[in-house]
Amino acid sequence: MGSMRDILNSLLLKELLKGLAVTGRHMFARKITVQYPEEKTPQGFRFRGLHALRRYPNGEERCIACKLCEAVCPAMAITIESAQREDGSRRTTRYDIDLNKCIFCGFCEEACPVDAIVETRVFEYHGEKQSDLYYTKPMLLANGDRYEAQIAADRELDSKYR
Amino acid sequence: MMVDTLHQLLPGFLIPHFDWLMQLGQDTFGGIWPGMVTLVWTVIKIMLIVAPLLLCVAYTTYAERKIIGAIQVRVGPNRVGPWGLIQPLADGLKVLLKEVVVPANADKAVFLLAPLFAFAPALVAWAVIPFNEFLVLANVNASLLFIMAVTSVSVYGIILAGWSPNSKYAFLGSMRAAAQMISYEVAMGLSLVVVLMVSNSLNLVEIVKVQSQGRFADMGLTFLSWNWLPLLPMFVVYIISIFAECNRAPFDLAEGESEIVGYHVEYSGMSFAVFQLAEYSAMLMGCTLISLLFLGGWSSPVGFLPDSILWLFIKIFAVLTLFFWVRATFPRYRYDQVMRLGWKVLIPVCMIWLAVVACWMLSPWNIWK
Repeated sequence: MGSMRDILNSLLLKELLKGLAVTGRHMFARKITVQYPEEKTPQGFRFRGLHALRRYPNGEERCIACKLCEAVCPAMAITIESAQREDGSRRTTRYDIDLNKCIFCGFCEEACPVDAIVETRVFEYHGEKQSDLYYTKPMLLANGDRYEAQIAADRELDSKYR
Repeated sequence: MMVDTLHQLLPGFLIPHFDWLMQLGQDTFGGIWPGMVTLVWTVIKIMLIVAPLLLCVAYTTYAERKIIGAIQVRVGPNRVGPWGLIQPLADGLKVLLKEVVVPANADKAVFLLAPLFAFAPALVAWAVIPFNEFLVLANVNASLLFIMAVTSVSVYGIILAGWSPNSKYAFLGSMRAAAQMISYEVAMGLSLVVVLMVSNSLNLVEIVKVQSQGRFADMGLTFLSWNWLPLLPMFVVYIISIFAECNRAPFDLAEGESEIVGYHVEYSGMSFAVFQLAEYSAMLMGCTLISLLFLGGWSSPVGFLPDSILWLFIKIFAVLTLFFWVRATFPRYRYDQVMRLGWKVLIPVCMIWLAVVACWMLSPWNIWK
């Protein structure tokens, strides 16, 4: 008897009609698409986008060339060379991040003892050739100068959780 | 005779010019002139069907993307032009600018002809499609037979497309597609036999006319006397067979746009686009046939509204929407399931309903007199 009912149900396309009803309801559902260039999804203050090197308010760069970020980077995207400056402090002579390799895990900013390397909220950058995505120290410092206000505000928001 | 017909169609102020042109032609070409007029007029009529048809095909792709988008809670194309309405033109332009790659070991002539073999039958079949009682390019008596014959030819396009590029994947894809189309043609033909039995004609105009008669039509509820209700199982079988014939989801394993390789793997650019055109015009053809054979064609669903060509378009669009709806809903069949459904389910259902309708027609409750 049960098998007869199964045959009847399948001949009447019962389950198929149920499926059609589900998709039919969705056809008139409110569309949740974000119209990207005009609309954007909200970002958290821990968003991990383009990297930046920060400075202290007096203009001195924060990075002390401890190379913790270079060590922790799982993709080995960071290359650092350091030397002693005239005033005797240790500074980087080279600080490169290859964004082709970077996986945006945020370990570098977590490892940094002086909050020098940070990831900003910027995600809309591009390069027209591969080498455009190889960021050198001046480029990273420029990023830091450009987005400092946003970076500082985000660190402030994050401070009570650290 | 042709000249007289044209006379009736032209607006008044053009008639003197037309007469002058006819006289000039008669003087210049003599006896073959009437033949030439007929030829030109026929070509014009063909273009009047084919040009809007191609436009419809283009916008069918747009409608498909919009409707499937809506079902998936997306908005669909909306960037090119207002509401994305220029999208089909942008797609066409893109495809035109792409390179047609001919594989090195391909049979070049057949390779390039195969898309046309697939596309041409889908267009030719429109010759006998009536849009209303009078608006039909060729009102032949066996128009349904003609359509069955012509649409079967498109299988050759698919087989040649799979065979000519010398690629095993395309070949396997085309074999599957051809087997599927031929199998479902049987079920489709059997369900049409029932329609032919009740309408007693092979002429599409007659088939449509017969549907708007009967008890319900006298009560003003014409839509209940259309073939879909008394022949409901055949209606369903026919729709399913049309899905399979057009290689549409859930029977699109012959092409499997997203993952499986199909008969047109080796095609690119415009030659690929012609296959898409063929698929979509075959689909429109299928929707039109469903509307004509089961949904009363141009006859209005209720007695107090006049019959109009608009009803036909509304019905075609409704069936088309069903195609997209089904595509957005059901997963793809496995190949052996496709074959099982065709041979072991649809054909027996057709046979049984054929016998039932035959007995029904002989019984005193016959509703088709």
